[in-house]
Amino acid sequence: MAFSLTINNKPVRVDAEPDMPLLWVIRDLVGLKGTKFGCGIAQCGACTVHLGGSAVRSCGIPISAVEGQKITTIEGLTGDKLGESVQQAWIDGNVPQCGYCQSGQIMSAVALLRHNPRPSDAEIDVAMQGNICRCGCYDRIRKAIHAAAAQKTPAHPSSLKKPLSHA
Amino acid sequence: MPEHKIARREFLKHTGFSAAALILGLSAHHDAEATVAKLHATGLPLTGPDGLPLAGPGGIGGPFGITPYIIIEPTGRITIINPKPEMGQGTYQSIPALIAEELEIPLEGTTILTSWGQKDIPGQSAGGSSSVRGSYAQLRKVGAAAREMLRTAASRQWNVPLEECAADNARIVHRPSGRSLGYGDLVESASKLEVPGNPPLKDPKDFKLLGKPMPRLDIPLKVTGKAVYGIDTELPGMVYASVERCPVFGARLVSYDDTAALKVKGVLRTVKAERVLGKNHYEGVAVIAENYWAALKGRKALRVQWDYQGFDRFNSNEFEQHLRDLAATDGVIAHNSGDFDAAMAAAPHKVEALYETPVVAHATMEPMNCLAHWQEGDKVDVWTSVQGAGIVTRELSQTLGIPQENITAHISFLGGGFGRRLAADYAAEAAGISKTIGKPVKVIWTREDDIQLGPFRPMTFSAMKGAVSAEGKGVAFQHKVISPSISATKSDRYDKTKPDRSMTEGISDQDYEFPNMKNAYVFADIHIPMQPWRSVTSSTLAFAHECFIDEMAAAAGKDPLDFRLTLLTKESDTKRVLTHLREVSHWDKLLPKGWGRGVAQYKFFAGLCANVIEVSTGKDGGIKVERVCSVIDLGTVVNPDTVRAQVEGAIVMGLVAAVKDGIRFEAGRSVQSNFHNNRMLRINEMPAVEVHILAEGGPFMKGVGEPGLPPVAPALANAVFAATGKRIRRLPFDLAKV
Repeated sequence: MAFSLTINNKPVRVDAEPDMPLLWVIRDLVGLKGTKFGCGIAQCGACTVHLGGSAVRSCGIPISAVEGQKITTIEGLTGDKLGESVQQAWIDGNVPQCGYCQSGQIMSAVALLRHNPRPSDAEIDVAMQGNICRCGCYDRIRKAIHAAAAQKTPAHPSSLKKPLSHA
Repeated sequence: MPEHKIARREFLKHTGFSAAALILGLSAHHDAEATVAKLHATGLPLTGPDGLPLAGPGGIGGPFGITPYIIIEPTGRITIINPKPEMGQGTYQSIPALIAEELEIPLEGTTILTSWGQKDIPGQSAGGSSSVRGSYAQLRKVGAAAREMLRTAASRQWNVPLEECAADNARIVHRPSGRSLGYGDLVESASKLEVPGNPPLKDPKDFKLLGKPMPRLDIPLKVTGKAVYGIDTELPGMVYASVERCPVFGARLVSYDDTAALKVKGVLRTVKAERVLGKNHYEGVAVIAENYWAALKGRKALRVQWDYQGFDRFNSNEFEQHLRDLAATDGVIAHNSGDFDAAMAAAPHKVEALYETPVVAHATMEPMNCLAHWQEGDKVDVWTSVQGAGIVTRELSQTLGIPQENITAHISFLGGGFGRRLAADYAAEAAGISKTIGKPVKVIWTREDDIQLGPFRPMTFSAMKGAVSAEGKGVAFQHKVISPSISATKSDRYDKTKPDRSMTEGISDQDYEFPNMKNAYVFADIHIPMQPWRSVTSSTLAFAHECFIDEMAAAAGKDPLDFRLTLLTKESDTKRVLTHLREVSHWDKLLPKGWGRGVAQYKFFAGLCANVIEVSTGKDGGIKVERVCSVIDLGTVVNPDTVRAQVEGAIVMGLVAAVKDGIRFEAGRSVQSNFHNNRMLRINEMPAVEVHILAEGGPFMKGVGEPGLPPVAPALANAVFAATGKRIRRLPFDLAKV
């Protein structure tokens, strides 16, 4: 079946079975690999994307349920002021270790800050509890969220775009 | 293939590894330059626009010639080949930094490629907290040799004395005149020079990268979704597979009916698959499909008949009782000094206890997966997350019966390793499926596969005995380990008459000066595959060892840290670490009412770390982990921020193993299957963590990735005792119901 939706502000048409989870549509049909598969039962948060601005677990949402809706993935944060400030805070705090969960962590953090620009520790606990980090970066995630809340402009936005290029 | 020019220099030197080669590669080949340009664009070897792999044969290893560690192109572009895959432990920065420091280049702008199993690079695996300490001397030499060749080339070109030529920021500078040449301009003449066998190394006081909290260049990729993991790789014409394997270990495949599976839209066919873990061969049914979701649905529609062969009667309760029964047997002596039996009989205070720990799963965030392409001539390329290309070439060669040189492992970033990815069973299985179907195939394990199918960290039980003198000094000590053996679950050649060194890891190596000590190992046979898990057996043995030291301290009527220091009269690393920990953890400061503080250390193959943990008791009787203060002893440190991150992570992983679910077997299979019943620590449970690094130089480097973990569970249990008076002798335990 054909489905239309908007991913990162671009219209997308995919041919998929109606029960195919949004996660696999994003990864395998649209080809955006930043959103990760972790558990398949909405327990770990690695697949977190934004659905109309809210953080949702894309592994548990069938494509037929999001027809016509607006989805943002980690790739869609590029050029977004809040998104890039969160990414920069993650870079400044050397947050990721293996990094596999971090797309999901960042999507949850951006959704939190979008609704609550200065979250308390307790509010961070609530918003970020759905994202597991097996490497144990939680302390750094918390600090990076506070840092992003305090400083909304990326200090070195260009470093986000060309992380490995030559000077 | 168009004509291309390669000039290269090769030398072999023996540095404790079998052979280490340095080659300055040079190529004016335009396609090759385009290849590297593509690598720069993606940051990592992925597939090219034509689907060709960009690393290994056909890619950088082809047109460029042999390039063991350093490629300098005439354009000035520099590529470093890293034999230690990045799984979160920071080797994407810390290993190339060893070369870059001596080569005098910045890491920014340098391409880092993970080695792909080429013959001329030794030690292509990351494990045992050995990457940095095992590469430190050798890779600095590699960088220094290249630097000296570039200096010599410049001095000859300018006809000036070598001493006037200095390397700085990827250029050779003629100090008196100020003129300079980039490495790219020098590489052609440099590559014709003899490679110095013993190049001068930099004085550590001149280090620009080593020993400093440098940024990790994988991080910008990881926060933008650009980092490529094994699961993200693709090839043109590839198909997907999900494999149904029996969660009852030891079961045999009798038959299967794929009628319903083949009716699922997108399912192409089904084939038998085989997963090999050492001596264990597990059969499975692979559902091949156009996309992964179809493969998963097809797999659920399979009707498979297994013969459990009686293994469905296995359960944790009975096996644990078996271990308790075995605790009464002598086992094999692992260590015997003084006269333990006599000292035990004579001492006024005797303590005895049995400690129990669970099986746990590694549960890396990235589930096992592999994209495999079996090609004509029995050549195999795999794209996978694995703890080293050397593991892939070795295991695939053994499992599939093809020469190692036919196998290329393309490794980008790993979504966690923790020892699980020291086995390449999932890669060999995928390669076998690709061979059967004649197409590139990506096999992705579900989380359920990952949690239920092992290999697991084994449980260990510890029968402890100790004696304390009238003066309150520990005079006799015994640690008897009763457990399955990791190696016995994989090899038929296991020798039960010898003490298992891996299963008794560290118990006889602590710095404590017990005049009488007798340690032993009791082997318990199990059919479930076991595997090293971060900090291997120290992850469980330290719990028994260090909790029991606290029990002896209580028998002696002494403060736990004081008691340890009475056993450390001579200078030792442990004494130094505990003395430092006492100060930085404020051990002697009074805690609020209802709080408790515990200490533990453990010295083992990976290194040495000691923790103090503070807990509080709530009104409901629940325990909260408030604070962890950690001292890690390193000797020399390469990236202190990476060290802190690793210890923070080890603490979290240690807490999960101490207070979360663990793996229980019923009816032959793991009860736990996903993160709802194999729970992990979450952000709201994260204690305050403080990491202190002891890096006082010296010739001995200790490891970073694992040492933080073993002292977590015992420090926590000792803190719970301090707060509540209750001894925790079995893991996991529930913080809410102590």
